[in-house]
Amino acid sequence: MVHDLYQEIILDHSKRPRNCRAMEDANRHAEGYNPLCGDKLKLFVKMEGDLVKDASFVGSGCAISTASASLMTESLKGKTRQQALELLEKFHELLTTDTPASQDLGKLMVFCGVRDYPARVKCATLAWHTLKSALSGPGEHGSAETVTTE
Amino acid sequence: MSTPSIQVSALFDVDKIRKDFPVLKQTVHGKPLVYLDSAATAQKPFAVIEAIRRFHEVDCANIHRGVHELSQRSTAAYEETRAKAKRFLNARSKSELIFVRGTTEAINLVASSWGRKNVKAGDEIVVTALEHHSNIVPWQMLCEEKGARLRVVPMNDRGELILEEYEKLLNPRTRLVAMAHVSNALGTINPVREMIAMAHKAGALVLVDGAQAAPHLKVDVQALDADFYAFSGHKVCGPTGIGILYGKSALLNAMPPYQGGGDMIRTVTFEKTTYNDLPYKFEAGTPNIAGGIGLGAALDYLTAIGLEKIAAYEHELLLYGTEALARIPGLKMIGTAREKAAVLSFVIEGIHPHDIGTVLDRQGIAVRTGHHCAQPVMDRFHVPATTRASLAFYNTPAEIDALAAGIGKVRELFA
Repeated sequence: MVHDLYQEIILDHSKRPRNCRAMEDANRHAEGYNPLCGDKLKLFVKMEGDLVKDASFVGSGCAISTASASLMTESLKGKTRQQALELLEKFHELLTTDTPASQDLGKLMVFCGVRDYPARVKCATLAWHTLKSALSGPGEHGSAETVTTE
Repeated sequence: MSTPSIQVSALFDVDKIRKDFPVLKQTVHGKPLVYLDSAATAQKPFAVIEAIRRFHEVDCANIHRGVHELSQRSTAAYEETRAKAKRFLNARSKSELIFVRGTTEAINLVASSWGRKNVKAGDEIVVTALEHHSNIVPWQMLCEEKGARLRVVPMNDRGELILEEYEKLLNPRTRLVAMAHVSNALGTINPVREMIAMAHKAGALVLVDGAQAAPHLKVDVQALDADFYAFSGHKVCGPTGIGILYGKSALLNAMPPYQGGGDMIRTVTFEKTTYNDLPYKFEAGTPNIAGGIGLGAALDYLTAIGLEKIAAYEHELLLYGTEALARIPGLKMIGTAREKAAVLSFVIEGIHPHDIGTVLDRQGIAVRTGHHCAQPVMDRFHVPATTRASLAFYNTPAEIDALAAGIGKVRELFA
């Protein structure tokens, strides 16, 4: 039933999102927007060399997109840029393929139910699209353009 | 929870009507389907499905060309829909009814054909704050091309247009006013007759987007004195891909063709082409013949029930639904116009519409969530999106009870 999608961890993170704050000393940020539902997200990342030291977000969105941003920021800390991008690939695969190659996504596995709700996949991936933009933008500051899920 | 106090008339035999709609007899995720998304598209009765099937099985041929029996049958059936549309809208003549793909194409036709010929730099086009994107963007494109100015009639917190402000916007530069008869996102029924008279006084023409009005209330283009009136087949229980543009003969005659091709011409040489008469001048290429025939069956179906009866029953459902939803803590209706069609658009504090939509869907309840192709309306009410339950004459008070109970479950989950 609907609990396959709204698992306890997701409900918990949507009601009490972690790392939900602006970050003054972030050196990378990006904005994400899902025009279909109006979800908006601002992502802050603090890199030290190649390492994600801290990540946070502010924005408004549905339970899935809020929980996804919350769990993503938790999982990023301590990862290298390359590891973060690999995690992004695995997460995307988890949501869009029937037989994802990797099952070692830890807590992020709670999003596997989203696969059965195609209309909601973009809610879960908004934060990750935004992360890609933040990490791949030029120079120190990430992309100036808002990424959209469309 | 007790049921609302509003009495819904037993005189309207909704149980009998529901038997005409095969799609309603199904379960979704193990629950009986509760279809509350008729403003997006209305369901189709057997009569429409049968008319389309009959065309493909028995009469299938191209129209306006062949001398053979099948072509004559299909031409007659297709053209009969034009006559039905004339009666449905109370137009003066069949030649004032143009077949189009839908309301969107109808608006684009007028913006492109009439607009390009008549709108100049410095002119003004007026739209309203509650328009669907399809009645904003074609005018924006025209204004951009011509250096004209788009002006917007504001609305109040109930979702009603402010007529004093509208009056101030009208001036000798106003070429055309484009407005919805009924708002898709809010349900507001605009005072179009009065607004058309005001525009005419200022020397402007009026296009009415009737997509949300035609299924729910009796439209009389002569009484309204509308210059252009458009509606979509699929919202009046007909198929998708077919719709009607009404235009006054004098206006249509003076307009250049919209698209070139077969059927819209009288003679073609490489030096010069002469165009066909109305309405064919605007109908290039083989049209959606099956859709046109299906639309005819849909107009017959609605007419047999009676638009006045449909409007009265839906109004009772609206009152019933408004009361049922008003009892839900944290729920706020978006769109509370005094004149309103059966649209229940709402937000619930702390719960995103998409989560509401997903949880309702799992209970078999189909609603629309999002901005309803009316982002300026969402901005006006400072919400990113709403959940919209839109009702039709085949809905029942029991389905509204199911919606209210469903929202109760949503609140339990996200409390």
